Amino acid sequence: MMNKEEHKFTFSRRNFLKTSVLASGGIIIGFNLLTACKPNATPSIDIENLNFNDFNAFIKISDEGYVTIYSPNPEIGQGVKTSMPMIIAEELDVEWNKVYVAQGKYNKKEYQRQVAGGSQSIRFGWDALRQTGATTRQMLVNAAAAKWGVDASTCKASKGIITNLKGETLNYGEVVKQAALLEVPEKVVLKNPSEYTIIGTNATNVDLDKIVTGKPLFGLDYKAEGMQYVSVLRPPAFGQKLVTFDDSQAKIVNGVSEVIKFGDKVAVLASNTWAAMKGKKALKATWKADQKLESTNDHNIILTNILDSNDTDIRREDGDVKKAFLEADKVLERTYHSPFLPHNCLEPMNFFANVTAEKVHLVGPIQTPQWTAGRVAKLLDRKEDEVELEMTRMGGGFGRRLYGDFALEAAEVSSLAKKPVQVVFSREDDMTDGIYRPSIKYRITASIKNNKITGYHLKEAAINGNMYGLIPHFFPAGCIPNYKVSSGNYKSTITTGAWRAPYTNFLAFAEQSFFDELASELNQDAVQLRIDLLQNVKETKDKNIQYSGKRMEDTIRLAAEKGGWGDAKEGVFQGFSAYYSHNTHVAELAEVELKNGLPVVKKVIAAVDCGILVNPTGAINQVQGGVIDGIGHAMYGDLTFTDGKPSNKNFDTYRLIRMNETPQVEVHFVKNELSPTGLGEPGLPPAGGAVANAIFKAIGKRIYKQPFIHQIEKDKIVG
Amino acid sequence: MPNYTLNINGSFHTFSADKDTPLLWVLRDELNMVGTKFGCGIAQCGACTVHLDGVAMRSCQLEVSMIENEEITTIEGLSEEGNHPLQEAWKEVDVPQCGYCQAGQIMTAASFLKENTSPSKEEIRQAMHGNLCRCASYNRIEKAVAIAAKKMS
Repeated sequence: MMNKEEHKFTFSRRNFLKTSVLASGGIIIGFNLLTACKPNATPSIDIENLNFNDFNAFIKISDEGYVTIYSPNPEIGQGVKTSMPMIIAEELDVEWNKVYVAQGKYNKKEYQRQVAGGSQSIRFGWDALRQTGATTRQMLVNAAAAKWGVDASTCKASKGIITNLKGETLNYGEVVKQAALLEVPEKVVLKNPSEYTIIGTNATNVDLDKIVTGKPLFGLDYKAEGMQYVSVLRPPAFGQKLVTFDDSQAKIVNGVSEVIKFGDKVAVLASNTWAAMKGKKALKATWKADQKLESTNDHNIILTNILDSNDTDIRREDGDVKKAFLEADKVLERTYHSPFLPHNCLEPMNFFANVTAEKVHLVGPIQTPQWTAGRVAKLLDRKEDEVELEMTRMGGGFGRRLYGDFALEAAEVSSLAKKPVQVVFSREDDMTDGIYRPSIKYRITASIKNNKITGYHLKEAAINGNMYGLIPHFFPAGCIPNYKVSSGNYKSTITTGAWRAPYTNFLAFAEQSFFDELASELNQDAVQLRIDLLQNVKETKDKNIQYSGKRMEDTIRLAAEKGGWGDAKEGVFQGFSAYYSHNTHVAELAEVELKNGLPVVKKVIAAVDCGILVNPTGAINQVQGGVIDGIGHAMYGDLTFTDGKPSNKNFDTYRLIRMNETPQVEVHFVKNELSPTGLGEPGLPPAGGAVANAIFKAIGKRIYKQPFIHQIEKDKIVG
Repeated sequence: MPNYTLNINGSFHTFSADKDTPLLWVLRDELNMVGTKFGCGIAQCGACTVHLDGVAMRSCQLEVSMIENEEITTIEGLSEEGNHPLQEAWKEVDVPQCGYCQAGQIMTAASFLKENTSPSKEEIRQAMHGNLCRCASYNRIEKAVAIAAKKMS
């Protein structure tokens, strides 16, 4: 598995969609990407109706030789607006500092997989982005060769300049018009990684100047002539419906222009955001529920009942787990519990809509422009090509901006008001009208015989959904002869969805804590146990097992070596965790110290195998952020419900990790020349387990429940 | 609605607003200065940080009627060319991920470095703890503040 390319792509001329001369000069080139992907490529995110067709990218070259690269995918902070154009620029062979990067609009015809989700942009884009750049470069070379009357194979292109054997030069801008009229070459030569001058170098965030000077970039920064700001009153509890409302006090708020009921919601339109929010607060409404409103206590009982039942769906089964458990010397069983989590993007949900007879104009932060445009068209009974959607930079996504509910609200309100509107969530709206990470319980049971792990059963009880795609085939599938994964589900009125590294953001903690405990039971080193188990999967022929025993082992060894596993200083307690998700292998070693009897995470050493590193500075940032985000939510994240109402509304009571609680995160990469994979999510899942295992070393107590802080405070070592 | 005149980034701006309107929304909705961000509305996240007579304050809590005689500085006015040592350090370290909180982070740091010209690592971590970064770019913010402090001293 180690040496073969993980994804094979085939190309043909049909993939090259558009080469057209622009009225303003220059050419624009489009390239269809997903037709280049293998037909059974599985996106590792599974959201109903999400349209994973295909996608492409654009290059624009002006007569003067300036290059604009349109980044097709939404930017949520994961860095693809920088890294995807870098890949094109590399093969196009232009100087990175002469490239201007622009955000591509939603365009169903020209771009296809315009999604930020599942850490898949780079993985799916890799071959096609390189082909786009290389094909364009070859056409420019062919045009220059024709102008000189020489064989194109005798010409070379580098840094935007084509040179022939005589040493004559033409820059890209001088041949761009001729190039646009040429046949698209059937085959182009891609660079060898050793020739890379852009990929593998640090390219800072393309929007850096604008970010540090406060230029408009984000959804909330968008303005249009005559735009009304909208604050929406939604049911305060999940499961409630609107009965009556009184808007007499709202309408007398200065600046409020209109109050509109739509569905079970009431929109307050105003000339500024403050007035809209004040107007909403002045609304009086009554609500009803057709069924019992749900509370966390109910969920806890329901999820435990699912774990205790024999009525779960089998997701994978190898050998005979029941027999292994019966014949075991010892059976270890542990249950792990996670709460709901809100996403809390720092930029609250918002969207602009202007619905007119001619078109539906939408602008804002959205991870799924295609899916959302389609849903808006359906909602308003309009043709999809009447929907124009512009993506802004996003103040965080984390999965919340996959859902587009805010864009649909904006479209509906604009359609009813016949005005351009921007729907703005307050923080309270954002936290209480969420699409949350669902509460989940995992029960893991393992059998030990002759000091070996002989059987393993992972049972999942979750709200509204279950682990998707290939997760049941992740480690330790293939490593333990008798192995089983089963899932059960409860349908709740509380809306749930993808939250950065869905399911694995908690499952990895459960499993990696459990392996730490298993290592103690077996009296083995926690790192060595994982390495020993991984030997069993190295020769697997099972196509569902996509993690690599070799790559995981190398990643674990790198983290153990860089972090000095087993060699901690006095007063430093180490914990280890390793996890494969989103096609990337990650291992993390956490260092905990005790301060006033409380465990404090001081440092995390992460090792990552994401194949070729496209943009090291961006990659390190993603891993550091993922690790700290993972620790922060494992330590503090907690959202409970009472009668359908969320327990927290804002950051005064909802605790997010802050700088003074943040460990230093050191990131190391496994070096290889394999196709790159994504980094937005995979750094997060292992973090909780590494920390929990280090806390166990520090205070001698195992943690089975998130957030850790409740138990840590209870188990505080006094004295 | 009454009229107010505010001194922002060295120039005077007159507008009409309710007296309890927070500076944040005047900046964003009335004056088109959108660098100051809305994050929580209750002074817990720091995204809306501006300077009032050089001191970092949460603009979501500053009612327009209270600040007519103060000198207000926003991210747009922190430096003329976007080259305040903190802005330079932010670029050097490539701090942002999504970038939404960063203007507020820079404004908090700028006020802090005026008070403490050679802060320790722990002092930086304490001074910046009121500003949330949901992407958790904290390691880099910490590093950038330290670099700027060195350059400024």
